Amino acid sequence: MSRRVVIVGAGPAGLAAAQAALAHGAHVTLLDEGERAGGQFWRHHDELTDRRMQHQWARFERLHAALERAGDHATVHRQASVWRIETEGGIRVHALVGPADAAARTGLTVEADALVIATGAHDRALPVPGWTLPGVVTAGAAQALAKRDGVTPGGRTVVAGAGPFLLPVAASIAIAGGEVAEVVEAVGLRRLVRGWGRSPWQLAGAAGKAGELAEYVGGLVRRRTPYRLGSAVTRIHGERAVEAVTVQRVDAHWRPIAGTERTVACDSVALGHGFTPRLEAAIQAGCRISSARFVEVDERQATSVAGIFAAGEVTGIAGADAALAEGEVAGFAAAGGTLDDARIAAVLRARRRLHAFADRLATHEVRRGWTAWLDDDTIICRCESVTRARIAEYADASSRGLRLATRAGLGACQGRTCGRTVEQLVAAPVDFDARPVLSSVRIGELAALAPNGGASTPSVGPEPSGSV
Amino acid sequence: MSVRIRVDGAEVVGRDGQTIAGVLIGAGRRSWRTAAGAERGVFCGIGVCQDCVLTVNGVEGVRACQRTARDGDTVERESR
Repeated sequence: MSRRVVIVGAGPAGLAAAQAALAHGAHVTLLDEGERAGGQFWRHHDELTDRRMQHQWARFERLHAALERAGDHATVHRQASVWRIETEGGIRVHALVGPADAAARTGLTVEADALVIATGAHDRALPVPGWTLPGVVTAGAAQALAKRDGVTPGGRTVVAGAGPFLLPVAASIAIAGGEVAEVVEAVGLRRLVRGWGRSPWQLAGAAGKAGELAEYVGGLVRRRTPYRLGSAVTRIHGERAVEAVTVQRVDAHWRPIAGTERTVACDSVALGHGFTPRLEAAIQAGCRISSARFVEVDERQATSVAGIFAAGEVTGIAGADAALAEGEVAGFAAAGGTLDDARIAAVLRARRRLHAFADRLATHEVRRGWTAWLDDDTIICRCESVTRARIAEYADASSRGLRLATRAGLGACQGRTCGRTVEQLVAAPVDFDARPVLSSVRIGELAALAPNGGASTPSVGPEPSGSV
Repeated sequence: MSVRIRVDGAEVVGRDGQTIAGVLIGAGRRSWRTAAGAERGVFCGIGVCQDCVLTVNGVEGVRACQRTARDGDTVERESR
């Protein structure tokens, strides 16, 4: 019987893992919460997505075709929310399958010989006074709305934060018909040049990526969109929705510089200050997490738990190309391949080159001084409307004490949006990402499942569709 | 192709295949929930933050950014 490889997440890492595992004789089960495969990078809808927003689309089509060609060797479950991973006495993945947040989805349990966790990352957006106003979205939301729905967050958007991701976001907004008022990058020119300019020969392997960035900058120039370095949106104004922002210069630690404030009229803001990995599945599976809060993996992309591999942004923020390479290694190893196999040599080399490129992203890492733009009454935990002052009051409490006293991290998103911010504000780890249930599940749905989660009945979900 | 949904009693037309958030934003509606007395709309857009939840066909807590709009869906504002 062939090895059963289960993959959670159908973004670049998960799809590459699936193809590699299939190529090495495994049976693959791919679970993804979206309606279509592709993850955030290849988020799409056949009629609504402007193709100019997609990169490496041919690669997506090849990976997709490999799944379709696989016939009985591959099972794809779309709209599958994985809510629990068990590792005692074998690996079992539990999911609920059906329309997002529906009241009665179907329970599904899949048993695995090897599991690849490719759950990706989501935006980190630093709070700023006014950031709960309608019209303020994350950079990823602006990208998703443009790619998936063909809409822009507003008519005139300020794109602000840190990192190269701001550039494709600005481009997508423009393609979808919106105006980008300014792109505001917290990193100053000197640090930008130092960070990206050192050892340029190491970037040679990522020439495609450099070309892509040049294309975005060219787009900004053509549309006469200002690209402000060493600046931040330090306040968002409006009554019932966004009306304007304050853009202010910041120092090397991202502390706002008094006297440099400018008001920019806009009706929406896209905030993105890097990404934070979606670790909950790996944590529940018992995988060791590094001090930098990523899943620890070895050369084979193997985690500290036997039979469990991880690839893509959960192992370090490195972009889609690195995720593709890591996924390929993970899928190959999960299917039983060994690294001395000549067939994997080129991918291992690519992964090394791409990690050198990814190291440059550290240039845009969040600096501590940003908290100076918060007011005492600025909301930090959006779900429970917990203010900065309230969190400061309990800064010395235990993680549990802080949560119980303030309710930060106890709302619907379970600290996914505020966790990293609270950690910075109290200057201590808060472990909001250790979550007993991995996704939103209704109590009624849980109650309807058998006490053992139906562990002995694999594949009770809907027929896997050919359209992934 | 278009899709028609009812939002707090009013008919809103979107493009077939859009999420409920896509339909609402496309129609110029950017807030559809009240939190601690203030307006909220979509924030993360990828199903993480839960800020965009609304009631769809009587079922509470549906993320507008994750649910594809179907013709005839009835959508109501939530408040908490």
